[in-house]
Amino acid sequence: MPFIPHTDSDIESMLATIGAPSVDALFDEIPQSLRVAGLEGIPPGLSEMEIGRLMSERARVDGRPLSFLGAGAYEHHIPSAVWAITTRGEYYSAYTPYQAEASQGTLQLIYEYQTMISSLTGMQVSNASLYDGGSAVAEAALMAVRAHRKSKSLRVIIPTTVNPNYRRVAESTAGNQGLRFETVPCQRTAGVIDFAALQAFAGEDVAALVIQQPNFFGQLEDVDRLTDWAHEAGMLVIAVVNPTSLALLKPPGEWGERGVDICVGEGQPLGVPLSSGGPYFGFMTTRLEYVRSMPGRIVGRTVDLEGRTGYTLTLQAREQHIRRGKATSNICTNQGLLMTAATIYMSLLGPQGLAAVAETSLARTSELVAALSALPGIRVAFEGPRFHEAVLVLDRPVAAVLTELERHGILGGVDLSADYPELGQALLVCATETKTSADITRYASALGHALKAVRAA
Amino acid sequence: MSQVPAELKYAKSHEWVRVLSDGRVEIGITDHAQAALGDLVFVDIPDVGRELAAGEACAVVESVKAASDVYTPIAGRVVESNAELATAPEQVNQDCYGSGWLLRLEPASADELAGLLSAEAYTELLAAQGN
Repeated sequence: MPFIPHTDSDIESMLATIGAPSVDALFDEIPQSLRVAGLEGIPPGLSEMEIGRLMSERARVDGRPLSFLGAGAYEHHIPSAVWAITTRGEYYSAYTPYQAEASQGTLQLIYEYQTMISSLTGMQVSNASLYDGGSAVAEAALMAVRAHRKSKSLRVIIPTTVNPNYRRVAESTAGNQGLRFETVPCQRTAGVIDFAALQAFAGEDVAALVIQQPNFFGQLEDVDRLTDWAHEAGMLVIAVVNPTSLALLKPPGEWGERGVDICVGEGQPLGVPLSSGGPYFGFMTTRLEYVRSMPGRIVGRTVDLEGRTGYTLTLQAREQHIRRGKATSNICTNQGLLMTAATIYMSLLGPQGLAAVAETSLARTSELVAALSALPGIRVAFEGPRFHEAVLVLDRPVAAVLTELERHGILGGVDLSADYPELGQALLVCATETKTSADITRYASALGHALKAVRAA
Repeated sequence: MSQVPAELKYAKSHEWVRVLSDGRVEIGITDHAQAALGDLVFVDIPDVGRELAAGEACAVVESVKAASDVYTPIAGRVVESNAELATAPEQVNQDCYGSGWLLRLEPASADELAGLLSAEAYTELLAAQGN
């Protein structure tokens, strides 16, 4: 059957049946003032050949720089098998198909994904993925407000140690649904949540506290104390975690006395290439008692009439096709392909492989920090334990130094001076297992030259 | 044919109300409502102490095919929720007028009861809706 949803004559007869003069007339209820007449600045479409040529030219301009960028997206080695398997015809679709149960293989894969993510985060139940880390934080905030049975508060504390992009996404999505985000500054010597400032919220009606671990600066928060404090204060706890780090760090399900209530994060480190910023996928896990407040789809395992194992979408009464305007979210399985790659990545690496990736990344970052901070004019911003990122403070403008490094084919890190002016000329650097000692030496040497080329402030 | 006990009061949105001997009221969903929903798998009931306005959505009943809000027919404060439904939601299907009750309210005003439907009026409503 050709995939042609309807012909011109189909459309005409449908319009005649309902008595509408044109398809446009169906949208009459949308006021003119809300309509976009045209998309300015969008060029006409290109053929496959033209777009291929354009993209390879753009790629040539980018070159293949040596990257020490982190800040939420991480360059990890992706075994060739991951995308060779992911792009097989059986998997190569973004969505769960309609009549999902006809695609038992897809559902089984999502079920395996949920099992792996639940196990990694130490939580009871996972959904079938979300859009990305930022939208997962926004969804978690909305969910916490929905799930909190004792408080009707719409306030959520999101400290400045949480990725600024996640905070912006949460504000622009959940903020427009009535949520109010409160902020807490970071403690300046350790680069973690300022606990004294946080305690000012004790006794106030707040729905949830967001804790990122490792935090945006790569520093490790005292998650046990923070989790217990928030629970004691009647708040739910939302963890934002890097999945790779969980091979070494305590899973959120075990933070404090009771563990967190909702855990989310960016899934990109698990087998998804950087690809200029996306598409990535978000993950979300929670306690069983909150499963009905969780957004997204969930696959369950069951048995058919003959006792054979089968997989099925479950708990669908939360979803928009049943619950309409009161659905927990309009999120479906949009990022299914990335989730598929992550499942295959985790299967290939296994727990030991993921731990090796995390350990090597940690070791490389320590090596990087030692090499760079040995240079005059550079100091490490924060003391205390960290994962595979660190903040360095320079005695001259970071932006100019980064531009100089780019001339040497090096992406030296992320300039924090716009988002964190209080830190001064701060640079966030990251090294994963993809960086060798020779790469680190090359960066240190280039940075030495760059510092000489840029005048101190 | 749906069961519509004569001694209860009803709301158009298919809830029933029973006045208990101590003046409190018990609320549940009607036989027609439970049959239309099918086998219930989950019932979300309000916490004790919550103040409800008349017509406010106060509970959710979820079946294998749908989830519906339950609206309180009268205003009041929740004094008891049927905790057994957490593990045995099927009681709403099996005995919607008995062990399948959802919540008990301390009514804000006794007058509101007069505005509810009698069993006879509710039966007529069902018939008019083609049931």
